[in-house]
Amino acid sequence: MTLRARNVGWSRGGHLVLDGVTIEPRRGETIGLLGPNGSGKSSLLRVLSGIAGPDSGRVLLDDTDITTLPRRQVARRVAMVDQHSDTEVDIAVLDVVRLGRIPHRGLFGGDDYADRGAVDRALDHTAMAPMANRLWHTLSGGERQRAQIARALAQEPDELLLDEPTNHLDIQHQLEILSLVAELPLTSYIALHDLNLAAMFCDRVLVLERGRVVADGTPAKVITTDMVEQVYSVRAGVTIDPATGYPTVTYRPRSVSPVPT
Amino acid sequence: MGTGALTVATTRVDSRSLLGVSLLGGVVVLAASIAVVITIGPANLSVGDVYAVVFERLGFEAAEVSRIKDGIVWELRLPRTLLAAVCGAGLALCGAIMQSLLRNPLADPFVLGISSGASTGAVLVAVLGLGAGAISLSAGAFAGAVISFALVMLLAAGAGGGTSRVILAGVAGTQLFSALTSFIVISSADAEQTRGVLFWLLGSLSGADWADVTVCGAITLTGLLVCLTQSAALDAFTFGNTAAASLGVSVRWVRVLLLGVTALVTAALVSAAGAIGFVGLVLPHAARFLVGPRNSRLLPTTVLVGAIFMVWVDALARTVFAPQEVPVGVVTALIGVPAFAVILFRMRSTP
Repeated sequence: MTLRARNVGWSRGGHLVLDGVTIEPRRGETIGLLGPNGSGKSSLLRVLSGIAGPDSGRVLLDDTDITTLPRRQVARRVAMVDQHSDTEVDIAVLDVVRLGRIPHRGLFGGDDYADRGAVDRALDHTAMAPMANRLWHTLSGGERQRAQIARALAQEPDELLLDEPTNHLDIQHQLEILSLVAELPLTSYIALHDLNLAAMFCDRVLVLERGRVVADGTPAKVITTDMVEQVYSVRAGVTIDPATGYPTVTYRPRSVSPVPT
Repeated sequence: MGTGALTVATTRVDSRSLLGVSLLGGVVVLAASIAVVITIGPANLSVGDVYAVVFERLGFEAAEVSRIKDGIVWELRLPRTLLAAVCGAGLALCGAIMQSLLRNPLADPFVLGISSGASTGAVLVAVLGLGAGAISLSAGAFAGAVISFALVMLLAAGAGGGTSRVILAGVAGTQLFSALTSFIVISSADAEQTRGVLFWLLGSLSGADWADVTVCGAITLTGLLVCLTQSAALDAFTFGNTAAASLGVSVRWVRVLLLGVTALVTAALVSAAGAIGFVGLVLPHAARFLVGPRNSRLLPTTVLVGAIFMVWVDALARTVFAPQEVPVGVVTALIGVPAFAVILFRMRSTP
């Protein structure tokens, strides 16, 4: 009952964007995908979602190659929240969330009762129920992100893929969205830029560099001064926050030498 | 489970039955519009005469009416009004499909050059006399529609996609095919033929007969039914192709199917009534305003709104300067351009 990548390689436009990526998640884990821009986080999510087929290796959903499964069957199990979700359609939040029921629908409509239950639960879970009738273009960035997550939850997936869900959000909403996702009983893959957020909310982090996995493990094990220096080419200090036990990253300018004492 | 969720569920049931009633109301309004419009015209016919002809033709007992009056009602007014309804319905349907599928509020068969392409195909058949009869005219129009559509989409994709690129590609396509049409007409047709073709190019229902009504009606109805089976898939395109794919929609198949239907319906309508502009662009927005963006509601509503609109536009076109007739495309453009401007302004206000 998991979504796994086995030695996945993928090229786009002559560039190798994924190179031998293997992930074996445990059920219910929240997995953070870290790495600088262009390291392959989004590409990995695309391949995991089954939208794109890898050139080598396989993505397995319950031991079946995801590219051999019907798209609809995949969409009932794997939901994806994209980085740039926008529309010019004057669509209400309720209708956005209802989109999540499309994979569960037959040619002549679906199970209305199940649809309604899933949509209402998704709205409640994301605290979007009071905004169900608001139109898309009146929503703030955070509300749009929550509406998309509600849509993904309405798909009733076992696996959730999120591509930088905290982009353009203020701190409060970043924390809100991530704690919402981390508490869900789903296996989630989240592409993240913020190392401190990854440390707080992920059970496990995976660091990508030029399409390769260079580190994989618990945040405390992976997020280190050396890793930040090597992967991001940034000098940093990593300390363990005594209040929470999470690693905390502080960045340092290149030229600064230690303050003499 | 808050009470919020419960209220949401109740309104949903209500609005569904409300939609059924509204659609039924729309059908009644359409039928009534047709019934009123066929009594209007330059010929001196009383309302009683008109209905006597209709009832007689439908097999009921009715008062005797002269053959000329019978001809005016049954061979001219009725097929023309019905073709107007079918054209309005079909073009509005095509516009709604293209707007949803291409995520572009300005898309319609006319703006994207499909109507122009269909005209070129039809003119090529008509003027050069390739093949014979209505079927080859429609086939020519279909070939033209598909070629122009493919060209415009290729050009748009090559330019990087996006709302404005698709429209610009459509402008280029429209110009190209208009020029080709003019070239064909001027180089091969005689003066009489030219006048006829030009009138038809502006969009005209004056040549309507029962064969047109049957062919276009059947194609439009089939198109509507096909699109309705895909209405959920069409909703999935709200946030783009990738989002649709991640909702389990076979993006390529749905696009090919629905754009094919659009090209076919447009071709049939253009070969019967010429290139009528702006109906497909404006009326889906009116329908969306009434019932929201969900395609299972939007498509039937658009079709009804389009049909009712065109029935009245055609009545206007043939009575305002009676007995001289204004091409119906001229009237739709006069109404459509200001509406187009309103849509542009609305787009500006949404960030």
